[in-house]
Amino acid sequence: MKNKIIIVGSGVTGASIAYNLAVKGVKDILVLDKSYLTAGATGRCGAGVRQQWATKANCIMAKHSIEFFEHAKETLHYEGDIEFKQEGYLILATTLEEDKQFAKNVALQNALGIPSKKLTPEEALKIVPHLNPKSFISATYCQTDGHLNPFKMTDAYYQAAKKLGATFHFFETVKGIQHHQGIYTVTTDKNTYQADIVIDAAGGYSREIGLMVGLDIPVYSEKHEILVTEPIAKMQGPMVMSFTKNLYCQQVPHGSFLMGRTTPNQPQGHDIEASHEFLDAMAKTIDDILPKIGELRVIRQWAGSYNMSPDKQPIICESPDLKGFYMACGFSGHGFMFAPMTGVLISEMIMNEPLSLETEMLHINRFNHQTTHEVEKSVV
Amino acid sequence: MSKKDIIVCRCEDISLAELHTLMEQGFTSIEDLKRQLRVGMGPCQGATCLPIIQRELSIFLKKPIEEIPLPTVRPLTIGVPLKAIARGAKNEK
Ligand SMILES: Cc1cc2nc3c(=O)[nH]c(=O)nc-3n(C[C@H](O)[C@H](O)[C@H](O)COP(=O)(O)OP(=O)(O)OC[C@H]3O[C@@H](n4cnc5c(N)ncnc54)[C@H](O)[C@@H]3O)c2cc1C
Repeated sequence: MKNKIIIVGSGVTGASIAYNLAVKGVKDILVLDKSYLTAGATGRCGAGVRQQWATKANCIMAKHSIEFFEHAKETLHYEGDIEFKQEGYLILATTLEEDKQFAKNVALQNALGIPSKKLTPEEALKIVPHLNPKSFISATYCQTDGHLNPFKMTDAYYQAAKKLGATFHFFETVKGIQHHQGIYTVTTDKNTYQADIVIDAAGGYSREIGLMVGLDIPVYSEKHEILVTEPIAKMQGPMVMSFTKNLYCQQVPHGSFLMGRTTPNQPQGHDIEASHEFLDAMAKTIDDILPKIGELRVIRQWAGSYNMSPDKQPIICESPDLKGFYMACGFSGHGFMFAPMTGVLISEMIMNEPLSLETEMLHINRFNHQTTHEVEKSVV
Repeated sequence: MSKKDIIVCRCEDISLAELHTLMEQGFTSIEDLKRQLRVGMGPCQGATCLPIIQRELSIFLKKPIEEIPLPTVRPLTIGVPLKAIARGAKNEK
């Protein structure tokens, strides 16, 4: 069987790429996923979307993606509800150094047209009254940041791509990829396919997919944990986040609170078991910053993989070494919110169209000059 | 009784009619249904709905019930307030 394009992975990235190619008229698209829709990081993520970043590339990717989310339901003709809530991100500064850095971030964001602003503690407490006033010294806020339902958003891309003729195979694992005379042969546990183009959107396993064709993509996977509480009546609009205190916490429209933090010194690898160390540390962090939320019962905890790149910004490009092999990986914990632009950019690259954004900062070649690239600091 | 009035998931208030609609749309594994309807993820952790959904899928797919896999069991078994965990952890020291 010969396809024009094979996409490995049907998380939000693969689904967005499939839709964007299909809407440009590409007919033979085959998406292969070893599990069910959203089995990877996509179905495990916090699904927060924010434009308050410290690097230009991340700010621009997020800004354009949020513009897409605002009209996603209509654009994709989705019958369900993607549950997009735009009540902002409130990011707390807890040290003087962070306060200074945030002033710089807001200047950069404003210059790029992102409506973020710096807040005094009093102003922050007006937006989230149950914050512990002793736990931070200032904050930044951007009203148009928010949150979506990751299952519904990915389903929306999937349904739209399918309607436009893309084919999806679930529970089919890619085992090997060969490249010979311009043709890729993709072997799975069920079948063998040929294609002109292969796109690596395998999330936590994108390095392994690259290695199948001899490409060493500089990414690795790292476990990140998260939990959800019982649902209650609405009490918090924005996502509350702190990089130094290591926390993000958001009430979703369903009423439950989602919260996560990074467990330090996490080994690289594919382990995604939930741990009691995380639960302990998370409970203490909430008790410190949002004590009222500490009264809620935890219902479930789980984990997923961040696919990390050396500068914590994604790698979105065609391989400079292998024509027709594209990669969209290394999202470093923020690939959900970038997915709309990831799909647009990869499809423009494949169709040889003018690019919507400058993509030099997203190209794998940036790592050839180890000292010159900028590392994103605004991450949990 | 109408299928709309038969509740399969009490935590999320999901009716048999909603379940059947999604199954007809092609969501025919518990993992898929859970992500669309939140079944199995409420305070009871699926104690009520999972056996019912398993049986409905078995009828719909004409497969023996043993061939309908159940989703991953996640901690916690019962809901515990975050504060109890934070303070309890402090007391242990
Ligand atoms: C706890 C947690 C919280 C997060 N919070 C946020 C957040 O608030 N905001 C945000 O923007 N991002 C967040 N992220 C990051 C976000 O989840 C990811 O960046 C994003 O979902 C990546 O999507 P993806 O499609 O690239 O990868 P995935 O969703 O991982 O999809 C990859 C797919 O590839 C498939 N696959 C892998 N190997 C193979 C193979 N050999 N053959 C076939 N298929 C294969 C997998 O089954 C999987 O479905 C969070 C992540 C975690 C873990």
